[in-house]
Amino acid sequence: MMNITCPFCGKRNESEFIHGGPVGAVRPDPNAVSDEEWVEYLTVTPNPLGPVQEKWWHARGCGEWFSIWRDTRTHDIVEAPDGTT
Amino acid sequence: MCIVINIITIMQNYSVFSLARNALTGHRNWPQVWRSPPLKDRYDVVVIGAGGHGLATAYYLAKEFGITNVAVLERGWLGGGNIARNTVTIRSNYMRDESIPFYVKSVAMYEGLTDELNFNMMHSKRTMVDVVQTWPKLRELRRRQLVMDIYGSTYEQITTEELRRRIPALTGGGPDARLPVICGMVHTDAGVNRHDAVAWGYARAADARGVEIHQQTAVQSLLRGADGSIEGVETNRGTVRAKKVVVAVSGHTTTLTETAGLKLPLRTMNLTAFVSEPVKPLVDVIVNCPDSGFYFSQSDKGEMVIGGAPDMGQSFRRDIKQHVFEDTVTAMLSLFPSFKKLKLMRQWGGHLDIAHDASPIMDQTEMPGLFVTAGWWGGYKAIPAGGLTLAHLVAKGEPHPLMAPFTLGRFRHLDFVMEAGTTTAR
Amino acid sequence: MVQRNRRASGGRIDRNRPLHFTFNGKLYEGFEGDTLASALLANGIRLTARSFKYHRPRSIMGHGVEEPATLVELDGEDASGNRPATTVPLRDGLSARSVNCWPSPEFDLGGINQLLSRFIPAGFYYKTFKWPNWHLFEPSIRRAAGLAAAPESPPASGHFEARNAHADVLIAGAGPAGLQAALEAGRAGKRVFLADEGAEAGGSLLNRNLSIGGRSALDWVEDAVAELRGMENVTHLQNATVWAYREHNLMIVNEREPELDGVLERSWRVRVGEVVIATGATERAMVFGDNDRPGVMLASSVQAYVNRWGVTPGQRMVLFTNNNSVYAVAADLAAAGMQVEAILDCRKTVPPEAVKLVPDIPVHAATVAGDVRGRKGVRAVKAVPVTGGAGRWIDCDVLGCSGGWNPTVHLWSQSRSTLRFDEDLAAFVPDEAVQNCRAVGAAAGDLTLDRIVGGGEDLAYAIEPLWRVNVPGQRGKAFLDVQNDVSVSDVHLALREGYDNVEHVKRYTTGGMGIDQGKTGNINIIGTVAMQKGVPLQEVGTTTFRSPYTPVSFGAIGGLREGWRLFPYRHTPVTQWNKDHGAVMYEAGARWRRPGYFPKPGEGLQEAVNRECRAVREGVGVYDGSPLGTFELKGRDVPKFLDFIYSNIMSTLKPGDGRYGLMLSEDGLILDDGVAFRLDEHRWMISTSTGHADAVNQHMEKLLQTEFPDWQVLITTVTSQWNNATICGPKAREVLQAVDSDIDLSPEAFPFMSFREGTVAGFPARVVRVSFTGELSYEVNVAPRHMAALWDKVMEVGAPFGILPVGSESSHVLRVEKGFLSLGHEVDGTVDAYDLGMGWVMSKKKPDYLGKRSVQLRRSGGGTRRELVGILADDPNQQIPEGAPLTPGGRKEATDGLVTACVWSVVNNRWVGLALLEDGHARQGETAHVRLKDDVIPVTVTKPVFHDPEGKLLRS
Repeated sequence: MMNITCPFCGKRNESEFIHGGPVGAVRPDPNAVSDEEWVEYLTVTPNPLGPVQEKWWHARGCGEWFSIWRDTRTHDIVEAPDGTT
Repeated sequence: MCIVINIITIMQNYSVFSLARNALTGHRNWPQVWRSPPLKDRYDVVVIGAGGHGLATAYYLAKEFGITNVAVLERGWLGGGNIARNTVTIRSNYMRDESIPFYVKSVAMYEGLTDELNFNMMHSKRTMVDVVQTWPKLRELRRRQLVMDIYGSTYEQITTEELRRRIPALTGGGPDARLPVICGMVHTDAGVNRHDAVAWGYARAADARGVEIHQQTAVQSLLRGADGSIEGVETNRGTVRAKKVVVAVSGHTTTLTETAGLKLPLRTMNLTAFVSEPVKPLVDVIVNCPDSGFYFSQSDKGEMVIGGAPDMGQSFRRDIKQHVFEDTVTAMLSLFPSFKKLKLMRQWGGHLDIAHDASPIMDQTEMPGLFVTAGWWGGYKAIPAGGLTLAHLVAKGEPHPLMAPFTLGRFRHLDFVMEAGTTTAR
Repeated sequence: MVQRNRRASGGRIDRNRPLHFTFNGKLYEGFEGDTLASALLANGIRLTARSFKYHRPRSIMGHGVEEPATLVELDGEDASGNRPATTVPLRDGLSARSVNCWPSPEFDLGGINQLLSRFIPAGFYYKTFKWPNWHLFEPSIRRAAGLAAAPESPPASGHFEARNAHADVLIAGAGPAGLQAALEAGRAGKRVFLADEGAEAGGSLLNRNLSIGGRSALDWVEDAVAELRGMENVTHLQNATVWAYREHNLMIVNEREPELDGVLERSWRVRVGEVVIATGATERAMVFGDNDRPGVMLASSVQAYVNRWGVTPGQRMVLFTNNNSVYAVAADLAAAGMQVEAILDCRKTVPPEAVKLVPDIPVHAATVAGDVRGRKGVRAVKAVPVTGGAGRWIDCDVLGCSGGWNPTVHLWSQSRSTLRFDEDLAAFVPDEAVQNCRAVGAAAGDLTLDRIVGGGEDLAYAIEPLWRVNVPGQRGKAFLDVQNDVSVSDVHLALREGYDNVEHVKRYTTGGMGIDQGKTGNINIIGTVAMQKGVPLQEVGTTTFRSPYTPVSFGAIGGLREGWRLFPYRHTPVTQWNKDHGAVMYEAGARWRRPGYFPKPGEGLQEAVNRECRAVREGVGVYDGSPLGTFELKGRDVPKFLDFIYSNIMSTLKPGDGRYGLMLSEDGLILDDGVAFRLDEHRWMISTSTGHADAVNQHMEKLLQTEFPDWQVLITTVTSQWNNATICGPKAREVLQAVDSDIDLSPEAFPFMSFREGTVAGFPARVVRVSFTGELSYEVNVAPRHMAALWDKVMEVGAPFGILPVGSESSHVLRVEKGFLSLGHEVDGTVDAYDLGMGWVMSKKKPDYLGKRSVQLRRSGGGTRRELVGILADDPNQQIPEGAPLTPGGRKEATDGLVTACVWSVVNNRWVGLALLEDGHARQGETAHVRLKDDVIPVTVTKPVFHDPEGKLLRS
């Protein structure tokens, strides 16, 4: 059970949160992409052996959605590789 | 008799007679179960991953299709991936036409595997009993029942009284319980066996047919040829070339395919299991409690082998999430209160990749010659038929009919195979 | 009852408090402070167990959690199995039995396996028991396995408890290093959580006879404990095992015998800044022929029994070692007046400072124990030169062995921190930490007291590894894992057969897989593998250290969460009324406890449902719709938002009006259905299905917060702010009128799919005209505090109209008659709106909404679709099982459809069904076939509506 820092509530047990999946590609204009591009947008998500940016919801807390970078090998919550967190 | 002799020429026959004969010589003359040949720089087929699916694929390539110039490359030790970590539940109670026949075939192959490989799999066809606690779950299981019957798989409803007679330790879930037991469903085809034996049996038999198994051989990247097709793999022991490469590395599929720029609809998740201390026989069936979210069986050593829900989030760390674990334990105690005094002895995690629709993927990728078998969520039960159908695909270049619904092509029009969320015991 | 091996004085036991206990049916006496093991030894009980596979006689070998040999089952109140006798605190009336032997350890019928042992080497079962099949052999194998009996019942009284805690530092182990670390952290003002598995603090100091700064080490312990007790920032627990090291420094502690009455065990989840691993070290066994004979013990355990419990496990000792620690043991034994016949030391030269400790004991350097005499108890040991040779027998009744010390790195390793093999210590020691943790003391490889506590006085540690005795003439099996009966020859066999990875060896031989998880023997297996393969130990590596460190009862892990605490019920203010009126209640999804139906006495489900349905179709019924998910949305971008999440257009609604809609996922799958009402310009209310309310909430919040953070939409869940009584049936208007409302209920003023605010029965109410039954219907929403009163009023004034309460079962029937879809029935993750005949709900005007592109893409594939149809069997009394497949011609082949529902329709006086059928919309009027196990039911395909197809009634 990880210790996740909610931007409002501070460090809380993972059991207070719901995982919202990795941050994928930006939603394309569905009327401007090919079938292949649309399928890739829908089905292919980042699955790195290393840091992944992902969404979490403080469902049993303040209700905030936020993103963290987490290393999938260690579960360490790491600084964003691009410095955005 | 000549059949027996033939087998002996291939590999030492295992039997009570050979055991007795070897006992007299202090067991000094047992041959090696598999060889350790030098790594060549070229094979017809390279299989990445000496887990259940990789080894079975190599075996059937050799046996069914005569392709023996095959190398199985394993990063760690043979049989050390998910085949060493799963809960050995073998069953075919699926819901959809796409899935059931495949698993019926796999269960039947498992039942004959001891003879096929001359290695005791300790296959115990002990049936699985679902403990049903909600009406929607019962409706779903009944739905499966009649579709399964079409394909020869059995599923029968039993009363709560009969359920408690078959599983005397099931003393929870009474009328006043949080989730009272409604009835049971019995899947007599289900069984358990010994996972190490499956890995070792396939490895030994594949080796005997000429397949080479190379442990401590980590594939670092896939090599793309000038024409865009696969050319081989780069390993920690040098380049190995092959026109056909099979990726059978549950959990790490995308890690490998990304080295060739391929994108697959897979995510890696962690699933945990745990065993109790060994106790005398108490439960002789596989108990599955889908509404409570756990399942278990008692091993021949006496341990309760227990599995529950997966963790949230992607993970390559084989970890135990305490809150997920506690949820599984509390659910178990609600139905089996006497287990409060039973003790946890060992727990572990394993990672597997799950496809976008939670059904397996077996296909040749857009990189010609590169094959993947992935997305197995409960892939242990699929090993024999998975190996056979993958060998078929590799040898013939087209999917085996049993696996035709599970190609990558289904995503082209979002034609998902939706088995997800239909059972706990995966 | 004479404790014949109890010393006249000494030990940390209370001789004034004798305790009586039974072991294998015989009565014995011990003292307060004893463990079961120390009391058995005090009573001179030698045979305490039989081994797992060969049923060899065994005795107590260790003194703590490392004990591999003597496992017992406790009876009565304490009932539990597979407990090392060394970890069972003695109490008055304790009753214990050896596991795995029958009828007794002295005469054990399973011992026949010893004679067969040459036929059952490692992995023998892979090679045999195949013919005719394994199933024939399995039952007897299973009976033979399993050690203790399974528990038959939960604890008769008491309960388990769980607690959360936070600390700056958690220290695992209250031995010298742990106490020292606790003192330092405590004095620095840190919040300290100190947990130790033993009954009292002190760790190894309790077993030894050492001084710190010229005083007894135990005085130092006492002072340290007292000082810690005085610190408010320190939590100090004994009988508390830190058994798991989880991610992000979450530590799980199992506390036994908590002081609170009625609490059996307590589970602590402790989130800490830093973890200090002060878990000490574990002595390793020596590996030689017949090294499992009763009387072969760990040397430090002999020392512990003498010093801590005042017990002499035997009269004549021989010690066998490869390291210095045994010399202090010998000195203690000699000081206690025991006869130590000899020390066998495999090292060529024994450090003189070690020899100096034992001036009167013969020390044989370069000598090993080569053989043991005595099947049910050691009578003599054969001292053999390491170089081989004849050797000579030395009489003894206890052989104390020390194979050196392993830092107890289980927690360290669980944290994913790495290990390295230290050549000087000949042991795996902590290397790099990957979480915020550090190892101290013996756990870090500091095996000399002075390096832990300043002024500690003991002999410096030195060792030369000996993984197994390799001299000729050993006849007996040399055990590596005593609990699982794994011997050197088993490991050699595994290697010879090609199982050459240490994980293969472990699995093939089952070495280290017992309850002790190989605490004394694993390293010797690794050493044996290394010797055989001719590689360094580092290269062989260790097998994985998994949690738990020692077995933990599931009861403790589960804590208090049982019964209703498993997860809370959700219920409405009408629950009590429902129960009072005989409702059959059950789980209806999303944890709601709902009435299924309201049988009259003697009535079954079908009769009750028919009665309720007839009331709704012909008169009036009332349904408690409170669990439906309800949300209020506020803000200027709500119309845009709803147009995005629903497939149809909501933004054009006028205040007071509502519309039914479908929510799709981006995949184009149906997520939920429900209605949206516009309360005023910027306020909206939407309802969702009961089971999906939480998922829809998550869906909406995720979109708003992560995809469209600039959209002005505020969502409030109001499911539990508004309860509703849904009055439905041709007489619904009359009943609502009679209940009294200031709302104009005429169809012109208050038409279908609109919303009015006003009062009902004097309560502020929101009344909504929606219908899930196909009848005229008013959903009267009031605050929860008014709900029970409203319900009573509706039932009271409805009585003359024949009003009946309606449960979930009847709701199902009524919606099926209308062909209204239900998630989980008709919607199972494969169908879309077109399949359901609801193409109208898929807006063509909107260029984009969730799921639009995906539905288009999926349908562009051109495959056949399963479409919603009605089905009628020829025989009106023929019920069709829900979930049954349809197949072409009723043959046993791939299905082309699925019966999603089948109900007895009161209005049609027959069974009617819904099905998803391939190309169903085009097959109206045709015959399809429902395939049962041994039967086929031909059915006529119809439109999926069996009541009021024009929908006049619900608009009336």
